[in-house]
Amino acid sequence: MTEGQPFVDIQTPQGVEDELVTEELILNLGPQHPSTHGVLRLVLRLHGERIVECLPVMGYLHRGLEKIYENRTYEGGIRYADQADYVAVMLNEWAYALATEACAEIEVPRRAEFLRTIVGELSRASAHLVWLGAYLDLGASTPFLWCFRDREQILDMFEEICGSRFNHNYFRPGGLLYDFPPGLLSKLERFLDRWEKNIEEYRELIEGNEIFLERTVGIGVFDAATAIQYGIGGPMLRATGVPHDLRVDRPYSIYPELRTMRPVTAQDGDAFSRYQVRLGEMKLVLALVRECIDKLPGGAVRARVGHVFKAKPNEVYFPIEGAKGEIGYYMISKGGPNPFRAKMRGASFCNLQLLPMLLRGRLVADAVAILGSIDIVLGEVDR
Amino acid sequence: MTIKDPAGGLSQGASPGSRVVTDRPKMFPTMGTIIEHIPQSTQSGLSGHQPTRTIPGLFEAHEDNVVFATVQGLFNWARSRSPWPLGYGLACCAIEMFAAAASHHDLARFGAEVFRSSPRQADVMIVAGTVTHKMAPRLRRLYEQMPEPKWVISMGQCANSGGEFWDSYSTLQGVDTVVPVDVYVPGCPPRPEALVEGILKLREKIFKGG
Repeated sequence: MTEGQPFVDIQTPQGVEDELVTEELILNLGPQHPSTHGVLRLVLRLHGERIVECLPVMGYLHRGLEKIYENRTYEGGIRYADQADYVAVMLNEWAYALATEACAEIEVPRRAEFLRTIVGELSRASAHLVWLGAYLDLGASTPFLWCFRDREQILDMFEEICGSRFNHNYFRPGGLLYDFPPGLLSKLERFLDRWEKNIEEYRELIEGNEIFLERTVGIGVFDAATAIQYGIGGPMLRATGVPHDLRVDRPYSIYPELRTMRPVTAQDGDAFSRYQVRLGEMKLVLALVRECIDKLPGGAVRARVGHVFKAKPNEVYFPIEGAKGEIGYYMISKGGPNPFRAKMRGASFCNLQLLPMLLRGRLVADAVAILGSIDIVLGEVDR
Repeated sequence: MTIKDPAGGLSQGASPGSRVVTDRPKMFPTMGTIIEHIPQSTQSGLSGHQPTRTIPGLFEAHEDNVVFATVQGLFNWARSRSPWPLGYGLACCAIEMFAAAASHHDLARFGAEVFRSSPRQADVMIVAGTVTHKMAPRLRRLYEQMPEPKWVISMGQCANSGGEFWDSYSTLQGVDTVVPVDVYVPGCPPRPEALVEGILKLREKIFKGG
């Protein structure tokens, strides 16, 4: 942001000229704000209600995770991986575990792969539920309560599986820590049936609301070429019409065997399309989890590796489809019990790059709608 | 009635029939002395007559619908029943704070439903999540912007003592290095029920004049 910049030509999307020339105001949408969905600071230059320029300032949650990985074993690092995207916890752990297994060349048993897919997809569902509940702080309070009601049931099941509602520490290099307890799969099936009806309720409530439509249709539009240029992935990319999903294009685990896996896309590239994609992904989770439950084999859930194992010297980058986009670990092992370097590619960090471009010329209220639709989690941005 | 108060004199809120308990370890200097109230049925009350109902520290009700209360007691009662939290969610604990405010574990039952965004309108700052060195001056600033009386609940291990990021180069080892904390809620993340218990403990503390 340069000082002393002369009056900038503001894009007015509705084509109305701003005749009133006002003094420029620098507004700090500070790190403590309910709409920033975490500790992100946006410094906005405003002309009246219109944003001329936006400078996002991050780093308020930088905890030094990547340095911490170097001081923990591969198994100990899993616990820190789940602090990154703290709403879709199992997916981060999965990425870290896959990178470790690629480095150390460990084979994961089939039952563990299916169970990992089930909990990973449930985590993705839980992340989208948090997003939907918090996004509707555009003025509504009911969807928040409904989404968290369903999320409580998912977290209940996670607690039965691994003892903790989130920050699970459930994955291990080579498989999972525990098998599912008896009775959980039938509980899960009953939950999926209830949740299917609830998703319909959300859709009716939200898409029928004119205020929501006014605030999201045509807001925050970008096209596929821009998205690919910035390295955006996940629902943001699929909302522009590009059917790119790492579970289909660079499949890992047992995704090649799942027939119901197909990318969910929408066409317009605006905030409403992103909402549609995420809602579609919630329905996709239903289909995937049901298929996994049908095909679940028996067997062990963990490969036999030592408690502290040394991976031979190797360099691996393993990307997976996280809830927000591509998350991956670039892991370098030099033969010790700790990884030499574990760098995490955070999807939200890359997605956030678009924000200054999307906010130029829009109103301050749109800033909230656009930032919410990008769906950032500061743990992933700052690590 | 024995009063042991190394601080000297009766602390605010003590009345006949209470005793000052100081046998709890003074680990957290901000907690102050704790006052326990023992209802005594033979107490003759402020006016010399037998009270029909007493809530110690708050009021005594007599026959003919006369109630004696202290202004301080009434203020403490009102403040403890409606702590308005400042929504200061930083990391994962923020999600558990939202879950505590959602319908399954309802914080509205305890008067803490109104999460204010502005520190000028809040009573309680619930620090939920890891505080980094970059965030710490802002935390202090928000605390100073809150008007008196104010309290701080430190939620989760990262806020209590640095938690699992004990060897990180950029996290504060405990939020009590920058603000005085009243209640510590342990957990990673604490269950919503644990946060509710923390709010109830704060409620007791406020009621007793803390």
